[in-house]
Amino acid sequence: MEMNDFIKNFGQQFDDTDVSTFTPETRFRELEEWSSLNALAVLNMIGKKYGIKILPDEMKPTQTIQELYDLVLSKK
Amino acid sequence: MAYYRIIVLANYLQMNAYINAISYYLPEKVLTNEALVAEFPEWTVEKVASKVGVTKRHIAAEDETAADMGTKAAEKLFAEHQIDRSVVDFLLFCTQSPDYFLPTSACLIQEKLGLRTNIGALDFNLGCSGYVYGLSLAKGLIAGGIAQNILLITSETYSKHLHPRDKGNRTIFGDAAAATLVSTEGFAEIRNFSLGTDGRGAENLIVKKGAMRQADAKNDLFFDESGNPKSSDFLFMNGGEIFNFTSEAVPILVSEVLNKNELKQNEINLFVFHQANKYMMNYLRKLIDIDQEKFYIHLEKVGNTVSSTIPIALYEAGKEDKLNGNILLAGFGVGYSWGGVVLKI
Repeated sequence: MEMNDFIKNFGQQFDDTDVSTFTPETRFRELEEWSSLNALAVLNMIGKKYGIKILPDEMKPTQTIQELYDLVLSKK
Repeated sequence: MAYYRIIVLANYLQMNAYINAISYYLPEKVLTNEALVAEFPEWTVEKVASKVGVTKRHIAAEDETAADMGTKAAEKLFAEHQIDRSVVDFLLFCTQSPDYFLPTSACLIQEKLGLRTNIGALDFNLGCSGYVYGLSLAKGLIAGGIAQNILLITSETYSKHLHPRDKGNRTIFGDAAAATLVSTEGFAEIRNFSLGTDGRGAENLIVKKGAMRQADAKNDLFFDESGNPKSSDFLFMNGGEIFNFTSEAVPILVSEVLNKNELKQNEINLFVFHQANKYMMNYLRKLIDIDQEKFYIHLEKVGNTVSSTIPIALYEAGKEDKLNGNILLAGFGVGYSWGGVVLKI
Protein backbone atom coordinates (compact mmCIF):
# COMPACT_ATOMS: atom_id res chain seq x y z
CA MET A 1 0.00 0.00 0.00
CA GLU A 2 1.43 3.30 -1.17
CA MET A 3 0.66 6.73 0.28
CA ASN A 4 0.59 8.32 -3.18
CA ASP A 5 -1.97 5.84 -4.45
CA PHE A 6 -3.99 6.26 -1.29
CA ILE A 7 -4.07 10.04 -1.74
CA LYS A 8 -5.14 9.63 -5.36
CA ASN A 9 -7.94 7.24 -4.43
CA PHE A 10 -8.95 9.51 -1.55
CA GLY A 11 -9.05 12.55 -3.82
CA GLN A 12 -11.29 10.80 -6.32
CA GLN A 13 -14.11 10.86 -3.78
CA PHE A 14 -14.34 14.66 -4.15
CA ASP A 15 -16.18 16.50 -6.89
CA ASP A 16 -14.76 20.03 -6.56
CA THR A 17 -11.39 19.72 -4.78
CA ASP A 18 -8.48 19.03 -7.13
CA VAL A 19 -6.63 15.77 -6.42
CA SER A 20 -3.25 17.56 -6.66
CA THR A 21 -4.04 19.70 -3.62
CA PHE A 22 -4.13 16.68 -1.28
CA THR A 23 -1.10 15.84 0.87
CA PRO A 24 -0.65 13.49 3.86
CA GLU A 25 -1.12 16.54 6.12
CA THR A 26 -4.42 17.64 4.54
CA ARG A 27 -7.02 18.10 7.27
CA PHE A 28 -9.87 16.79 5.14
CA ARG A 29 -12.63 17.62 7.60
CA GLU A 30 -11.84 21.30 7.16
CA LEU A 31 -12.33 21.20 3.38
CA GLU A 32 -15.24 23.24 2.05
CA GLU A 33 -16.54 20.18 0.26
CA TRP A 34 -16.28 17.68 3.12
CA SER A 35 -19.46 15.99 4.36
CA SER A 36 -20.59 12.67 5.76
CA LEU A 37 -21.31 11.57 2.18
CA ASN A 38 -17.60 11.91 1.32
CA ALA A 39 -16.83 9.85 4.40
CA LEU A 40 -19.09 7.06 3.12
CA ALA A 41 -17.45 7.23 -0.29
CA VAL A 42 -13.96 7.11 1.28
CA LEU A 43 -14.88 4.11 3.45
CA ASN A 44 -16.37 2.38 0.43
CA MET A 45 -13.18 3.07 -1.53
CA ILE A 46 -11.02 1.65 1.29
CA GLY A 47 -13.15 -1.49 1.34
CA LYS A 48 -12.95 -1.95 -2.42
CA LYS A 49 -9.31 -1.00 -3.08
CA TYR A 50 -7.69 -2.29 0.10
CA GLY A 51 -10.13 -4.95 1.31
CA ILE A 52 -10.36 -3.30 4.74
CA LYS A 53 -13.70 -2.63 6.41
CA ILE A 54 -13.63 0.51 8.52
CA LEU A 55 -16.76 1.64 10.31
CA PRO A 56 -17.84 5.31 10.24
CA ASP A 57 -17.26 5.51 14.03
CA GLU A 58 -13.70 4.23 13.66
CA MET A 59 -12.97 6.91 11.08
CA LYS A 60 -14.32 9.71 13.26
CA PRO A 61 -11.12 10.47 15.25
CA THR A 62 -8.97 10.79 12.11
CA GLN A 63 -8.27 14.34 10.96
CA THR A 64 -5.52 14.06 8.33
CA ILE A 65 -5.05 11.74 5.39
CA GLN A 66 -1.94 10.39 7.16
CA GLU A 67 -4.03 9.43 10.22
CA LEU A 68 -6.58 7.67 8.04
CA TYR A 69 -3.79 5.92 6.13
CA ASP A 70 -2.30 4.74 9.44
CA LEU A 71 -5.71 3.45 10.51
CA VAL A 72 -5.98 1.41 7.30
CA LEU A 73 -2.41 0.09 7.78
CA SER A 74 -3.18 -0.92 11.37
CA LYS A 75 -6.03 -3.10 10.09
CA LYS A 76 -4.03 -4.82 7.37
CA MET B 1 -46.63 -27.28 -39.68
CA ALA B 2 -49.21 -26.78 -36.99
CA TYR B 3 -46.43 -26.06 -34.49
CA TYR B 4 -44.97 -23.41 -36.82
CA ARG B 5 -48.39 -21.81 -37.16
CA ILE B 6 -48.76 -21.63 -33.42
CA ILE B 7 -45.44 -19.82 -33.09
CA VAL B 8 -46.36 -17.35 -35.84
CA LEU B 9 -49.70 -16.79 -34.16
CA ALA B 10 -48.04 -16.27 -30.77
CA ASN B 11 -45.66 -13.71 -32.22
CA TYR B 12 -48.53 -12.00 -33.97
CA LEU B 13 -50.55 -11.83 -30.80
CA GLN B 14 -47.71 -10.69 -28.60
CA MET B 15 -48.31 -7.05 -27.83
CA ASN B 16 -45.51 -4.65 -27.15
CA ALA B 17 -45.91 -2.32 -24.19
CA TYR B 18 -45.21 1.38 -24.35
CA ILE B 19 -45.18 4.37 -22.07
CA ASN B 20 -47.97 6.43 -23.53
CA ALA B 21 -47.97 9.50 -21.27
CA ILE B 22 -46.63 10.78 -17.94
CA SER B 23 -47.75 13.59 -15.61
CA TYR B 24 -46.88 14.38 -12.04
CA TYR B 25 -48.24 16.24 -9.06
CA LEU B 26 -46.41 18.11 -6.31
CA PRO B 27 -48.21 19.09 -3.11
CA GLU B 28 -48.67 22.78 -2.52
CA LYS B 29 -46.56 23.23 0.60
CA VAL B 30 -42.89 23.96 -0.11
CA LEU B 31 -40.01 23.41 2.30
CA THR B 32 -37.07 25.60 1.28
CA ASN B 33 -33.47 25.40 2.44
CA GLU B 34 -33.99 28.79 4.10
CA ALA B 35 -36.80 27.32 6.20
CA LEU B 36 -34.56 24.40 7.19
CA VAL B 37 -31.76 26.82 8.12
CA ALA B 38 -34.19 28.66 10.38
CA GLU B 39 -35.11 25.39 12.11
CA PHE B 40 -31.54 24.15 12.39
CA PRO B 41 -29.37 27.27 12.79
CA GLU B 42 -26.56 25.21 14.30
CA TRP B 43 -26.37 22.97 11.24
CA THR B 44 -24.81 23.52 7.82
CA VAL B 45 -28.07 23.14 5.88
CA GLU B 46 -26.80 25.03 2.83
CA LYS B 47 -23.71 22.88 2.55
CA VAL B 48 -25.58 19.63 2.95
CA ALA B 49 -28.34 20.75 0.61
CA SER B 50 -25.85 21.68 -2.09
CA LYS B 51 -24.17 18.33 -1.61
CA VAL B 52 -27.42 16.41 -2.06
CA GLY B 53 -28.47 18.87 -4.76
CA VAL B 54 -31.83 19.95 -3.35
CA THR B 55 -32.93 23.56 -2.85
CA LYS B 56 -36.60 22.90 -2.12
CA ARG B 57 -38.98 20.03 -1.70
CA HIS B 58 -42.77 19.75 -1.56
CA ILE B 59 -44.53 18.37 1.51
CA ALA B 60 -48.00 16.80 1.59
CA ALA B 61 -50.60 18.64 3.66
CA GLU B 62 -51.49 17.06 6.98
CA ASP B 63 -54.76 15.69 5.61
CA GLU B 64 -53.36 14.82 2.19
CA THR B 65 -52.42 11.17 1.65
CA ALA B 66 -50.48 9.38 -1.05
CA ALA B 67 -53.82 8.19 -2.50
CA ASP B 68 -55.02 11.82 -2.67
CA MET B 69 -51.84 12.90 -4.42
CA GLY B 70 -51.95 9.93 -6.78
CA THR B 71 -55.52 10.86 -7.72
CA LYS B 72 -54.41 14.41 -8.51
CA ALA B 73 -51.49 13.14 -10.61
CA ALA B 74 -53.90 10.97 -12.61
CA GLU B 75 -56.31 13.88 -13.12
CA LYS B 76 -53.38 15.90 -14.46
CA LEU B 77 -52.47 13.03 -16.79
CA PHE B 78 -56.00 12.86 -18.23
CA ALA B 79 -56.19 16.65 -18.68
CA GLU B 80 -52.67 17.28 -19.94
CA HIS B 81 -52.69 14.50 -22.54
CA GLN B 82 -56.43 14.51 -23.37
CA ILE B 83 -56.82 10.94 -22.23
CA ASP B 84 -60.31 9.53 -21.96
CA ARG B 85 -60.31 7.85 -18.53
CA SER B 86 -62.67 5.15 -19.74
CA VAL B 87 -59.77 3.57 -21.66
CA VAL B 88 -58.05 2.64 -18.37
CA ASP B 89 -58.55 -1.09 -17.83
CA PHE B 90 -56.09 -1.68 -14.97
CA LEU B 91 -54.85 0.45 -12.09
CA LEU B 92 -51.53 -0.20 -10.34
CA PHE B 93 -50.77 1.94 -7.31
CA CYS B 94 -47.28 1.96 -5.85
CA THR B 95 -46.96 3.33 -2.33
CA GLN B 96 -45.56 2.54 1.09
CA SER B 97 -48.00 5.00 2.68
CA PRO B 98 -51.48 3.56 2.03
CA ASP B 99 -54.62 5.18 3.45
CA TYR B 100 -55.59 1.98 5.30
CA PHE B 101 -54.47 -1.59 5.86
CA LEU B 102 -57.63 -2.43 4.00
CA PRO B 103 -59.10 -1.76 1.54
CA THR B 104 -56.27 -1.35 -0.94
CA SER B 105 -55.79 2.31 -1.88
CA ALA B 106 -56.16 1.48 -5.58
CA CYS B 107 -59.87 0.75 -4.94
CA LEU B 108 -60.29 4.18 -3.34
CA ILE B 109 -58.50 5.81 -6.28
CA GLN B 110 -60.67 3.93 -8.81
CA GLU B 111 -63.72 5.48 -7.19
CA LYS B 112 -62.24 8.98 -6.84
CA LEU B 113 -61.14 9.03 -10.47
CA GLY B 114 -64.44 7.62 -11.70
CA LEU B 115 -62.71 4.79 -13.51
CA ARG B 116 -64.69 1.89 -14.90
CA THR B 117 -65.64 -0.83 -12.43
CA ASN B 118 -64.81 -3.71 -14.78
CA ILE B 119 -61.09 -3.15 -14.33
CA GLY B 120 -58.38 -4.60 -12.09
CA ALA B 121 -56.84 -2.46 -9.36
CA LEU B 122 -54.20 -3.22 -6.77
CA ASP B 123 -51.52 -1.65 -4.60
CA PHE B 124 -47.94 -2.76 -4.46
CA ASN B 125 -45.53 -1.73 -1.74
CA LEU B 126 -42.14 -0.65 -3.03
CA GLY B 127 -40.00 2.46 -2.68
CA CYS B 128 -37.24 3.67 -4.95
CA SER B 129 -37.44 0.64 -7.25
CA GLY B 130 -41.24 0.93 -7.51
CA TYR B 131 -41.52 2.65 -10.87
CA VAL B 132 -39.43 0.06 -12.71
CA TYR B 133 -41.39 -2.74 -11.02
CA GLY B 134 -44.64 -1.02 -11.99
CA LEU B 135 -43.54 -0.92 -15.62
CA SER B 136 -42.67 -4.63 -15.44
CA LEU B 137 -46.11 -5.51 -14.04
CA ALA B 138 -47.84 -3.32 -16.63
CA LYS B 139 -45.86 -4.92 -19.44
CA GLY B 140 -46.82 -8.35 -18.10
CA LEU B 141 -50.50 -7.41 -18.09
CA ILE B 142 -50.25 -6.29 -21.70
CA ALA B 143 -48.19 -9.31 -22.81
CA GLY B 144 -50.69 -11.62 -21.11
CA GLY B 145 -53.58 -9.99 -22.92
CA ILE B 146 -55.10 -9.02 -19.57
CA ALA B 147 -55.18 -5.26 -20.07
CA GLN B 148 -54.32 -2.68 -22.71
CA ASN B 149 -54.21 0.64 -20.87
CA ILE B 150 -52.67 0.43 -17.43
CA LEU B 151 -52.69 3.47 -15.20
CA LEU B 152 -49.54 3.20 -13.09
CA ILE B 153 -49.48 5.63 -10.18
CA THR B 154 -46.50 6.09 -7.88
CA SER B 155 -47.05 8.25 -4.80
CA GLU B 156 -45.17 8.74 -1.59
CA THR B 157 -45.33 10.85 1.56
CA TYR B 158 -42.11 9.99 3.41
CA SER B 159 -42.42 13.37 5.17
CA LYS B 160 -45.09 11.77 7.35
CA HIS B 161 -42.60 9.09 8.50
CA LEU B 162 -39.82 11.54 9.42
CA HIS B 163 -39.08 12.85 12.89
CA PRO B 164 -39.23 16.68 12.80
CA ARG B 165 -35.61 16.86 14.04
CA ASP B 166 -34.35 14.41 11.38
CA LYS B 167 -32.61 17.18 9.46
CA GLY B 168 -30.71 14.91 7.06
CA ASN B 169 -33.70 13.03 5.72
CA ARG B 170 -35.86 16.17 5.75
CA THR B 171 -33.25 17.76 3.47
CA ILE B 172 -33.27 14.86 1.02
CA PHE B 173 -36.86 13.62 0.74
CA GLY B 174 -39.80 15.36 -0.91
CA ASP B 175 -43.39 14.20 -1.43
CA ALA B 176 -44.82 13.71 -4.92
CA ALA B 177 -46.99 11.52 -7.11
CA ALA B 178 -46.65 10.54 -10.75
CA ALA B 179 -49.12 8.97 -13.15
CA THR B 180 -48.05 6.97 -16.19
CA LEU B 181 -50.26 5.39 -18.83
CA VAL B 182 -48.77 2.17 -20.16
CA SER B 183 -50.47 1.08 -23.38
CA THR B 184 -50.16 -1.04 -26.49
CA GLU B 185 -48.90 2.12 -28.18
CA GLY B 186 -46.97 5.16 -27.03
CA PHE B 187 -43.71 7.09 -27.26
CA ALA B 188 -41.36 4.70 -25.47
CA GLU B 189 -41.32 0.94 -25.93
CA ILE B 190 -40.67 -0.92 -22.67
CA ARG B 191 -37.95 -3.45 -23.49
CA ASN B 192 -36.26 -5.99 -21.21
CA PHE B 193 -35.90 -5.91 -17.44
CA SER B 194 -33.42 -6.97 -14.81
CA LEU B 195 -34.82 -7.13 -11.27
CA GLY B 196 -33.24 -7.84 -7.90
CA THR B 197 -34.15 -8.39 -4.27
CA ASP B 198 -32.13 -8.85 -1.08
CA GLY B 199 -34.14 -8.78 2.13
CA ARG B 200 -30.93 -8.85 4.19
CA GLY B 201 -30.98 -5.07 3.83
CA ALA B 202 -34.49 -4.68 5.27
CA GLU B 203 -33.32 -3.16 8.57
CA ASN B 204 -31.24 -0.46 6.88
CA LEU B 205 -34.17 1.57 5.57
CA ILE B 206 -37.29 0.92 7.57
CA VAL B 207 -40.37 2.32 9.28
CA LYS B 208 -41.14 -0.20 12.02
CA LYS B 209 -44.12 1.38 13.68
CA GLY B 210 -47.72 0.99 12.64
CA ALA B 211 -48.01 -2.42 11.01
CA MET B 212 -48.44 -5.88 12.55
CA ARG B 213 -44.88 -6.49 13.81
CA GLN B 214 -44.88 -3.30 15.85
CA ALA B 215 -48.38 -1.89 15.87
CA ASP B 216 -47.89 0.67 18.64
CA ALA B 217 -45.36 3.43 19.13
CA LYS B 218 -42.47 2.38 21.34
CA ASN B 219 -41.55 5.90 22.41
CA ASP B 220 -37.90 4.86 22.32
CA LEU B 221 -36.61 8.20 21.02
CA PHE B 222 -33.07 9.30 21.80
CA PHE B 223 -30.66 11.69 20.15
CA ASP B 224 -27.24 10.43 19.06
CA GLU B 225 -24.03 12.43 19.61
CA SER B 226 -24.64 14.36 16.37
CA GLY B 227 -28.09 15.38 17.60
CA ASN B 228 -29.94 13.09 15.21
CA PRO B 229 -33.17 11.55 16.49
CA LYS B 230 -33.22 7.75 16.63
CA SER B 231 -36.52 5.96 17.20
CA SER B 232 -38.28 2.90 15.83
CA ASP B 233 -41.40 5.07 15.61
CA PHE B 234 -39.97 6.99 12.65
CA LEU B 235 -38.19 6.31 9.38
CA PHE B 236 -34.68 4.98 9.93
CA MET B 237 -32.02 5.02 7.23
CA ASN B 238 -28.52 3.63 7.73
CA GLY B 239 -26.82 5.92 5.23
CA GLY B 240 -23.54 4.00 5.24
CA GLU B 241 -25.13 0.64 4.51
CA ILE B 242 -27.43 2.09 1.83
CA PHE B 243 -24.38 3.72 0.25
CA ASN B 244 -22.52 0.40 0.21
CA PHE B 245 -25.51 -1.52 -1.13
CA THR B 246 -26.05 0.99 -3.92
CA SER B 247 -22.43 1.09 -5.00
CA GLU B 248 -22.37 -2.74 -5.11
CA ALA B 249 -25.74 -3.37 -6.75
CA VAL B 250 -26.20 -0.59 -9.30
CA PRO B 251 -23.12 -1.19 -11.52
CA ILE B 252 -24.11 -4.89 -11.75
CA LEU B 253 -27.72 -3.92 -12.43
CA VAL B 254 -26.70 -1.62 -15.29
CA SER B 255 -24.55 -4.30 -16.86
CA GLU B 256 -27.33 -6.90 -16.56
CA VAL B 257 -29.90 -4.56 -18.11
CA LEU B 258 -27.52 -3.94 -21.01
CA ASN B 259 -27.04 -7.71 -21.47
CA LYS B 260 -30.75 -8.43 -21.39
CA ASN B 261 -31.27 -5.84 -24.11
CA GLU B 262 -28.19 -6.88 -26.11
CA LEU B 263 -26.87 -3.35 -25.95
CA LYS B 264 -23.47 -1.87 -25.18
CA GLN B 265 -23.12 0.97 -22.73
CA ASN B 266 -22.24 3.43 -25.52
CA GLU B 267 -25.54 2.59 -27.24
CA ILE B 268 -27.50 4.14 -24.37
CA ASN B 269 -28.49 7.72 -25.12
CA LEU B 270 -29.63 8.68 -21.63
CA PHE B 271 -29.39 7.11 -18.19
CA VAL B 272 -32.27 7.96 -15.87
CA PHE B 273 -31.53 6.62 -12.40
CA HIS B 274 -33.53 6.88 -9.24
CA GLN B 275 -32.75 10.42 -8.05
CA ALA B 276 -31.43 9.47 -4.61
CA ASN B 277 -29.27 12.54 -4.07
CA LYS B 278 -26.84 14.41 -6.28
CA TYR B 279 -23.65 13.23 -4.60
CA MET B 280 -24.71 9.58 -4.65
CA MET B 281 -25.81 9.85 -8.29
CA ASN B 282 -22.52 11.37 -9.40
CA TYR B 283 -20.68 8.76 -7.37
CA LEU B 284 -22.54 6.03 -9.27
CA ARG B 285 -22.08 7.81 -12.57
CA LYS B 286 -18.29 7.88 -12.09
CA LEU B 287 -18.26 4.30 -10.83
CA ILE B 288 -20.07 3.07 -13.96
CA ASP B 289 -18.16 5.49 -16.21
CA ILE B 290 -21.14 7.32 -17.70
CA ASP B 291 -20.62 10.68 -19.43
CA GLN B 292 -22.14 13.60 -17.59
CA GLU B 293 -24.24 14.69 -20.58
CA LYS B 294 -25.82 11.23 -20.80
CA PHE B 295 -26.79 11.19 -17.13
CA TYR B 296 -30.00 12.97 -16.26
CA ILE B 297 -30.37 14.70 -12.91
CA HIS B 298 -33.57 16.41 -11.80
CA LEU B 299 -34.00 16.76 -8.08
CA GLU B 300 -33.08 20.32 -7.20
CA LYS B 301 -36.67 21.52 -6.90
CA VAL B 302 -38.37 18.32 -5.79
CA GLY B 303 -35.87 16.30 -3.76
CA ASN B 304 -35.85 12.51 -3.57
CA THR B 305 -39.49 11.63 -4.19
CA VAL B 306 -38.90 7.86 -3.79
CA SER B 307 -40.96 5.93 -6.38
CA SER B 308 -41.75 9.06 -8.43
CA THR B 309 -38.20 10.25 -9.11
CA ILE B 310 -37.88 8.34 -12.39
CA PRO B 311 -41.23 9.34 -13.96
CA ILE B 312 -40.66 12.98 -12.89
CA ALA B 313 -37.17 12.88 -14.44
CA LEU B 314 -38.58 11.28 -17.62
CA TYR B 315 -41.23 13.99 -17.86
CA GLU B 316 -38.66 16.76 -17.45
CA ALA B 317 -36.14 15.11 -19.79
CA GLY B 318 -38.90 14.86 -22.38
CA LYS B 319 -39.61 18.58 -22.07
CA GLU B 320 -35.90 19.21 -22.70
CA ASP B 321 -36.08 16.98 -25.80
CA LYS B 322 -33.62 14.55 -24.25
CA LEU B 323 -35.63 11.38 -24.73
CA ASN B 324 -34.15 9.83 -27.85
CA GLY B 325 -32.90 6.38 -28.74
CA ASN B 326 -32.23 4.01 -25.85
CA ILE B 327 -33.00 5.18 -22.32
CA LEU B 328 -31.80 3.07 -19.40
CA LEU B 329 -33.83 3.33 -16.19
CA ALA B 330 -32.52 2.08 -12.84
CA GLY B 331 -34.36 2.12 -9.51
CA PHE B 332 -32.82 0.89 -6.25
CA GLY B 333 -33.34 1.20 -2.53
CA VAL B 334 -35.57 0.12 0.34
CA GLY B 335 -36.03 -3.63 0.58
CA TYR B 336 -33.37 -3.97 -0.68
CA SER B 337 -35.06 -3.95 -4.04
CA TRP B 338 -33.71 -2.91 -7.41
CA GLY B 339 -34.67 -3.01 -11.04
CA GLY B 340 -33.68 -1.68 -14.44
CA VAL B 341 -35.13 -1.57 -17.94
CA VAL B 342 -34.40 -0.05 -21.34
CA LEU B 343 -36.93 2.20 -23.03
CA LYS B 344 -36.71 2.51 -26.79
CA ILE B 345 -37.97 5.81 -28.12
